[in-house]
Amino acid sequence: MESSTKCEMQLLVNGETKSVVARQGDTLLFVLRNELGLTGAKPGCLNGDCGACTALVDGTPIKSCMMLAIETVGKEITTIEGLHNTPIQRAFVEHFAFQCGYCTPGFIMNAYALTETKPDADDATIQEWLESNICRCTSYQEIEAAVKEVLRQKRKTE
Amino acid sequence: MAIGKSVIRKDAWDKVTGRAKYTNDFKEKGMLHAKLVTSPYAHARIRAIDIEKARSLPGVRAIITGEGLPLTGEDLRDRPPIAFDKVRYHGEVVALVVADTLVHAEKAANLVHVVYEPLPAVGKPSEALKEGAPLIHEQLGSYQKNEHTYPEPNTNIAHRTKIRKGNIEQGWAESDVVVETSVAFSPSDHVAIETRCATAEILPDGHIIISASSQSPFMIKRLISTYFGEDVGNIIVHTPLVGGAYGGKAPVQLELLAYLASKAVGGRKVSVWNAREEDMITSPVHIGLEATVKLGATKDGYIKAAEILFLFDGGAYSDKAIDVSRAAAVDCTGPYHIENVWCDSLCVYTNHPYATPFRGFGHSEQAFAIERAMDLLAEKLGMDKWELRRKNAIRPGHTTPTQVVLNRSNVGDLPACLDRLRELMEWDEWQRIEIDAYTVRAKGISCAWKTSTIDPDASSGVLLTFNPDGSVNVISGVVEIGTGTKTILAQIVAEKLKMDVNDVYVKMDIDTQTTPEHWKTVGSRGTFMAGRAALEAADDAIRQLKAIASCVLRASVEDLEVGYGKVFLRDDPSIYVPVKDIAYGYKYPNGNAIGGQIIGRGNYILRHLTPLNKETGAGKPGPEWTVGAEGVEIEFNRRDYTYKILKAFAVIDIGKVLNPKAALGQAMGAMSMGLSFASRETFLFDRYERVLNPQLRTYRPIRFGEHPEYIVEFIETPQIDAPYGARGAGEHGLIGMPAALANALSLAAEVPLNELPLIPELIWRKKKGDSHDSI
Ligand code: FES
Ligand code: FES
Repeated sequence: MESSTKCEMQLLVNGETKSVVARQGDTLLFVLRNELGLTGAKPGCLNGDCGACTALVDGTPIKSCMMLAIETVGKEITTIEGLHNTPIQRAFVEHFAFQCGYCTPGFIMNAYALTETKPDADDATIQEWLESNICRCTSYQEIEAAVKEVLRQKRKTE
Repeated sequence: MAIGKSVIRKDAWDKVTGRAKYTNDFKEKGMLHAKLVTSPYAHARIRAIDIEKARSLPGVRAIITGEGLPLTGEDLRDRPPIAFDKVRYHGEVVALVVADTLVHAEKAANLVHVVYEPLPAVGKPSEALKEGAPLIHEQLGSYQKNEHTYPEPNTNIAHRTKIRKGNIEQGWAESDVVVETSVAFSPSDHVAIETRCATAEILPDGHIIISASSQSPFMIKRLISTYFGEDVGNIIVHTPLVGGAYGGKAPVQLELLAYLASKAVGGRKVSVWNAREEDMITSPVHIGLEATVKLGATKDGYIKAAEILFLFDGGAYSDKAIDVSRAAAVDCTGPYHIENVWCDSLCVYTNHPYATPFRGFGHSEQAFAIERAMDLLAEKLGMDKWELRRKNAIRPGHTTPTQVVLNRSNVGDLPACLDRLRELMEWDEWQRIEIDAYTVRAKGISCAWKTSTIDPDASSGVLLTFNPDGSVNVISGVVEIGTGTKTILAQIVAEKLKMDVNDVYVKMDIDTQTTPEHWKTVGSRGTFMAGRAALEAADDAIRQLKAIASCVLRASVEDLEVGYGKVFLRDDPSIYVPVKDIAYGYKYPNGNAIGGQIIGRGNYILRHLTPLNKETGAGKPGPEWTVGAEGVEIEFNRRDYTYKILKAFAVIDIGKVLNPKAALGQAMGAMSMGLSFASRETFLFDRYERVLNPQLRTYRPIRFGEHPEYIVEFIETPQIDAPYGARGAGEHGLIGMPAALANALSLAAEVPLNELPLIPELIWRKKKGDSHDSI
């Protein structure tokens, strides 16, 4: 019964076109992890509550557990594996903005999109963006420091 | 050199690039998946389980039910891995479906038909102790147990710890003022963002390969051997990075199911992975408590007597809840000098999800009770709340409730912590101010202390292997659960070998066959025990390096020194041999060679620990007491009963700060968890004791932006026998937070708030004088 609903789709992930065979009901998170081996996006709730699965679709952070893979055909998907030595990653390292690291890919994707698209973000905007992710290890103060440092740098260079 | 610096964590780049792998990230084609069938009732007889329909679905490979399985439990063997005959909590596993994919397994799990006959359920521990309460374990008297566990058959008491110190009657006689107060909270959850996961495979030659998201890989190995009669040498447990644990991944649960599942399908590899809902209620939770505290003091504020009753809500199975209830008893008075103490701490069975360690191990729970009573006592005495604590602060020369005599090494400097807290919080400026008609600001404080009541014979081992360039690999059984302990171990090794910490590599994952054992990664003991083992291993390596260098340099080993990549003459460092030339043995110009790869080994076992006396509690449960003083400042709205936590403070005596940013992170992360628990986290139960909110949408931990400003400082009173004097510090930030928050809010709202979580509705109910119902 299930094979009938599987289909082939082309996904553009981290700049590469990938051909995957998946059920129409498979979430982007499932396909990223199980078909493409991109395990940076994490399952934390599969319910849109924790943000551990955050990836970018056309530059916008989305919870990949809440989006079907098939909806992303023709769109540009970026996962944590697609970021290389970005300022936000460096800031997370230097500010100890992670501990167990499980929430970290999701937080970084969200914070990356924020710092890229809203360099002028004020406290309220930062909160509005980052409150969609849960970190259980840090106090958030470290994450706040990392994000604010990147925002400061961005403003300086603009 | 490396100690005292904010060395970047060794796992940093893997973690910010998505390369860090956790148990559920390792997928294999052909691996089978298991789905749990769980109980919708909190207490019910299982009349029948019909698996026919589910079994006939395509892709289903096996369905396992609970008959014939051994009972499990570390202190008391009361828990079937899969419920048999009856279920005792909502979410308990009643069957396990193994199928080709998770989708197949889920479909089949929905078709497993279980017929239940509901039984009366009991939630609160005080109810469970009443005459005529439903008995949760009818066979309590016949369970296997260890010699220091004292279940009371035909009751719901899994264990009772008694503390009898001094003469309580005399204590009351010496007291001018007596206060009594009660506190309560329901179970809640750890909510590690990585839900628990285990895989198992049984090879034809008998090897059992387990992978688990666990704090206790070595315990998994031992327990599978004990429960199922497998040879312990055949069991190999892998643990990669763990995505948050906080005590919740110390118990062994899913691993047993993975093993049973693999066994049922001829040894094929099976993965058992908790969905969030299962992780919250099926796997063990954070304990609940009902407590009563009575304190007596002289009119000038010296505490003379403490009588404490803890009724811990251990849930349906005792697991580690027995240990938690014991740990709370061990430190029942908080860090205060009290000569006459009476405490009974009961681990009570209820029909709630079963409890296991939660960061702080019974101490934030204990502190909530004591520190509320301390505020009450100060009010009754008309004394400053800080002053009362300072006056009674425990110091060297005093004894703990279990009658351990404290000295300058085994306890930190609480008065110093309190003094600094007073300055940081500007305590003397104000404690409550009205900003406008509706807005009130208030401060609350709490002290904290903790020792680690881990097994007296727990040990830790470390191996150091050298690379051809003279760099070193550290191999330790400490699980990297987020605390950065392995980076600290690298710092300890680098300091001892006088080398660059960048030349020290750590093996992050655990393989119980090749990694020396570290008992369990719990109780803030990683740095102490593994650190001691690492120092010994480094000494061992130094000995070997010197032995080879002594031949090469034709000098006595006594004249040699190791450091900076060399073994050199103490009195003339210009004569040396590079470590890289001898790390794999030394080759003479003529081709002869001596030595071989340097492999340093070290281990450590805690010394002089003794079990508690059954009648008095006397005994030495842990090696040292870390102390701290903590506080919060809140802004309360008198109109709608909402509040903001503005600032959170902690001054903790951690002996020695090995890595400042890592230490701050541990303290602040713990404080955040404590504030989250205190302000918003609880399971909500209906009247049949079913959990109504096993989801992060309805059970809502603190989020970004809701965090206060954290102000943390450390005092450094060295623990003499610890590596560089460092004390355990992973949990202490949490311990004082619930009490400090409750103290601040009680002051702001002008009503005693003795329940958690401190949600606006609770404050409103207390103000209105209604009795608060949990829903
Ligand atoms: S897994 Fe997607 S939001 Fe939690
Ligand atoms: S670092 Fe562990 S959950 Fe954020």
